[in-house]
Amino acid sequence: MNTDAVAIDTRHIAGYRRMAVKRALALGGAFVVMLWLVILDLSIGPSGMPLSDVISAILAGPHDGDRAATTIIWYLRMPQSLMAVVVGMCLGIAGLQMQTILDNPLASPFTLGFSAAAGFGAALSIMFGAALPLPEYLITPIAAFAMTIVACLIVYGMVHALGETPEILVLCGIGVLFLFQSLQSLLQYLASPEILQQIVFWLFGSLLKANWTSVAVTSLVAFACVPLILSDTWKLTVLRLGDANAASLGISVGRLRRRSFVLIALLTAAAVSFVGTIGFVGLVAPHVAKALVGEDHRFSIPLSAMVGAVILASASVFGKLISPGGVIPVGIITAVAGIPMLFLVIYARKRRSA
Amino acid sequence: MTQTLAIRDLGVRRAGTDILSGVSCALTTGQVVGVIGPNGAGKSTLLSAVAGHTGFSGTVSWGGSGSGVQPKAGDIGYMPQSCKVSASLTVLETVLLGTHERLGWRVSQGDIARATGILAELSLSHLASRCMTTLSGGQQQLVLLAQRLVRQPRLLVLDEATSALDMSHQISVLMLLKRYVVRHNALALMAIHDLNIAMQYADQLVLIHDGRLVQQDAPESVLSVENIRRCYGLDVDLVARAGGRPVIAPLAQAMA
Repeated sequence: MNTDAVAIDTRHIAGYRRMAVKRALALGGAFVVMLWLVILDLSIGPSGMPLSDVISAILAGPHDGDRAATTIIWYLRMPQSLMAVVVGMCLGIAGLQMQTILDNPLASPFTLGFSAAAGFGAALSIMFGAALPLPEYLITPIAAFAMTIVACLIVYGMVHALGETPEILVLCGIGVLFLFQSLQSLLQYLASPEILQQIVFWLFGSLLKANWTSVAVTSLVAFACVPLILSDTWKLTVLRLGDANAASLGISVGRLRRRSFVLIALLTAAAVSFVGTIGFVGLVAPHVAKALVGEDHRFSIPLSAMVGAVILASASVFGKLISPGGVIPVGIITAVAGIPMLFLVIYARKRRSA
Repeated sequence: MTQTLAIRDLGVRRAGTDILSGVSCALTTGQVVGVIGPNGAGKSTLLSAVAGHTGFSGTVSWGGSGSGVQPKAGDIGYMPQSCKVSASLTVLETVLLGTHERLGWRVSQGDIARATGILAELSLSHLASRCMTTLSGGQQQLVLLAQRLVRQPRLLVLDEATSALDMSHQISVLMLLKRYVVRHNALALMAIHDLNIAMQYADQLVLIHDGRLVQQDAPESVLSVENIRRCYGLDVDLVARAGGRPVIAPLAQAMA
């Protein structure tokens, strides 16, 4: 190899390493922001507890210290704050995966009808669940989770029969979305005013429903799915080059798409089952992540997860600030704040490419 | 050792129509073989079948003389038609993805050096840190070719790898492929639309018309006035050149 070639290689290797360091710093920055927001979220609430009390209650653990502070921090605020992080992460990852497998920047975890199915399942359980021999706080999440998986199986079956292209997947998903939306509307139409109020409250998406059980179950599903998603990191990055390219580089595109689709369904089901449908996180977080670190999934998957957590934790903080007691559901705040955020990301990307 | 790509009685049928039928030929390594034929002749289908991306009847084998087996995915560097990339990946990242099977969480210096080496050979070093979305169609095509070459396949199957390139780049790519097939004892099978480029730079040509093989031979033999008239419906003149292959000149009445 001549001297010029060695110089070019050294320059490119250094450039590539610099880019990787910048991306790692973006991940580190997002992690610090996420942590700071969790602490902020824990320290805000209607009781007006000072930050020093919050910290000492955290350090004292759940079974120790001042009883009121322990209860407020460990049994009310912490499950909600952690749920914001876990749900935000699940939706961030699921959104990125959905945009990748559908090759569509408009896709989100809810594009293929998962939220409508979860909503239908929740509505069904609110109306008829009392007859089941299960604790009341578990019936709705189980029904929402189960119905999301049913929607996933229907779409999976249709795609298996009709073809595994993104177009077929979107068409089948939209069909399932309309089906479950109609069924959900039917239940709302038939419900009594009290039941209707409960259904609508569930659909808003609120962290007030969070408890340690929901945090544990959602985290378990996430811990089971994320390693499987991470094992496909390079394949998913290659998929961004298009189906034909990916297939010609030895990737079984159909299998990768099916596998990712099932993992998205599980993550989405886990995220929405306990707290209801929280929109825009799964749409905006991947765009923010891609704008910051590009489409190398080694970086965009963890960053999309952290951005999702940051958005939801911010919404929780904001909700508490404008309405002490957390009456305004985060689902409403993320939807309202999500639109300007999305425009901002699109504007920033447009300026960068100009 | 010389390898042979042996295609025997290859046929592809879609929706009751024969796209290809009875195609048989044998091609040995160390050559750039151009697949030519008018639009809709079946060139892309043939290449896709050889690469294992389209189902077919007949056999395609790859190996030493008389002992060939179906080519493995790892042997083939297949570049399908019209691969537009809309991902926010840099050129270097895109070429690196050509070896995705062996990339770990930390990309090794060797992998980066291999990718930059190929970029240098294709005179693309200056684009290494550019985003793919900012490149022209021709530049993207060259990057995707680099992505195949970085895999160091023994069998390159390129469907219109030069269709969006200017003449100078088309010639550079063909010269590069000629060096590549000799250095790696490989075979490059590529669709070529420009008959003059095919005439001057291919080692052999395979002419396809209406899904059938018309002729497989040296360019001077395949690109005869009769074959061009029969397959392309075009009257041409072959202008002899001292010390080189003839140049194809369409006649005025054929262009009217």
